[in-house]
Amino acid sequence: MLTTFRIRRFNPETSPSMPYFQEYQLNMDRADTVLDALMHIRDTLDESLTLRCSCRGAICGSCGMRINGHAALACKTKVQAMVSERGVVQVEPMNNMPVIKDLVTDMAGFWDKVRQVQPWLQPAGPEPEGEYLASSESMNHLTGVMGCIMCGACVSDCAALEVDERFVGPAALAKAYRFVADPRDGAGRSRLLALNEPGGMWDCTRCMECIEVCPKGVGPMDRIMSLRSRGIQANVASTCGSRHAEVFADLIYQKGRLDEPMLAARTFGLRNLSRLLSLLPMIFRAFVRGKVPKSGPLHRAIPGMEKIRRLFQRMEERL
Amino acid sequence: MKFAFFPGCVSKGGCPELYQSVMEVYPRLGLELKEMTTASCTGAGVLQEKDLKLGDVLNARTFALAEQSGLPIMTICSTCQGVMSQANHRLTTDPPYLAAVNEILGEEGLTYRGTTQIRHFVWILLEELGEQGIRQQVRRPLKNLRAAPFYGCYLQRPSEALGFQDQPERARSLELIMSWLGLEVVDFPGKTRCCGFPLLTINEKNSLRMVASHTLDAKRHGADILVTPCPLCHLNLDGMQSRAASQQQADIDLPIWHLPQLLGLAMGMEAKRLGLTRHLVSTQGVLDKLGSAVAKIEA
Repeated sequence: MLTTFRIRRFNPETSPSMPYFQEYQLNMDRADTVLDALMHIRDTLDESLTLRCSCRGAICGSCGMRINGHAALACKTKVQAMVSERGVVQVEPMNNMPVIKDLVTDMAGFWDKVRQVQPWLQPAGPEPEGEYLASSESMNHLTGVMGCIMCGACVSDCAALEVDERFVGPAALAKAYRFVADPRDGAGRSRLLALNEPGGMWDCTRCMECIEVCPKGVGPMDRIMSLRSRGIQANVASTCGSRHAEVFADLIYQKGRLDEPMLAARTFGLRNLSRLLSLLPMIFRAFVRGKVPKSGPLHRAIPGMEKIRRLFQRMEERL
Repeated sequence: MKFAFFPGCVSKGGCPELYQSVMEVYPRLGLELKEMTTASCTGAGVLQEKDLKLGDVLNARTFALAEQSGLPIMTICSTCQGVMSQANHRLTTDPPYLAAVNEILGEEGLTYRGTTQIRHFVWILLEELGEQGIRQQVRRPLKNLRAAPFYGCYLQRPSEALGFQDQPERARSLELIMSWLGLEVVDFPGKTRCCGFPLLTINEKNSLRMVASHTLDAKRHGADILVTPCPLCHLNLDGMQSRAASQQQADIDLPIWHLPQLLGLAMGMEAKRLGLTRHLVSTQGVLDKLGSAVAKIEA
């Protein structure tokens, strides 16, 4: 299978040091991975091509890069699955981190953010005589998140990081969850308080890019949602995010459906009156444009509402 | 073909023009809809931030109601579709979990057996009407219109829950439908990215950066309009566009259309009947560009 690899090149030592695409043509076998192709190019066609790799078995997490626009491990990605109708595969360095050269990115910021969540066990109380014990169930629950190999794929494709580099990001938050949910850890509340700050768990935009690209099924965004849930349960200081979730749930309890004006009014309330007032021009324009449902701006409860409330109550009783 | 119709809160709230346009187009597509008036909100991924299982119980109730009526569910919102698909995936791939949820539903006399299909309108167009069926509907080819697709995260990810493995065309469903309507589809990298709506309450600045980034990117690629199957994306991309433009000090002015509006216009319907006067970013300039093919929107 004759395949064209369109590779984004960058060499900071050349002048001018602007990124550009370079194409290489190779004959590939059905079983070849993108990493096989890149190593073949480096070994036979262009020794200047720079990439990072080690295990070739999706274990070390070194060969993260963007293949056809999405982050992936080159060693785990078959060429055949990625080749376009025109026989092209595009390869670029990971996004949301500086490029050192060609496909090699600087992971220093990534590691800084992982360190920021204090990724080590912090037990509370006196040290046990034997080992710290944890139930099989609790550790099985953590198996998925402990499968993270720190490849950076989730960080590369994170939509929130793309617009704000201060966001701690999906990899660090998944790692934080790994310790918050560990029954041996005693620092859960202080961890949640730290994650409740701007740039923390509430700054995820729930785009699910991290879930889609993670090569190990860690599901970082699912872990972020679990952190939010634990934050609400632990009553850490309320934020616009936590109030939004609480009010949303209460509106479904009251009406069975969303009520946008009430959601905004109760989420922002008097504490964020300026935010609420800042929405008025947009709301006025929406009214002028007739962007109001037939039933009016405020919504009535759905028919048979008592059945929804009973489900809420049954869930509450089970807690 | 008959469906249990789940319109979602936003099509009956902040985006009434979406509901309006669906009501206009569906009878002519051979669809029969029975609206699920007693179904609750899906939780939109927000209730799930507080309590994932409660969200699954409420959605399982909706699935059980559809199952009782023997009808598949049709959604018109990427977010409703995605949240329900994810809930259904958890329920149908984990029998002990389904049993636990059914224990709660059982007290209401309901059981979910796991057989309900949940499909977005755009997938129904793709999989039931298909290319020939869509092309047959076109009375007014929109040849001069350059339109960029914008799916909404929940209609793209996680692909496993959305059934992309069995139905790979779903990943590009919007573009296919748009091309069959005869318009020029503008491909751009932002088409599968996040509109920023889920972040609007929490971090407006970042949310508006996303609005500006994708709308400007679509314009740079030559789009006259952006078309979305998600009313939440519409709320942010249309409703917050002027604020995003101010924040980024950019001129955007890109009309955002709901897919059924585009479909209805191609089917020969009047722009006003499709709710195209109810947008915050005016659609008049685009309708003027389409010229004599489209009647002038009355003031």
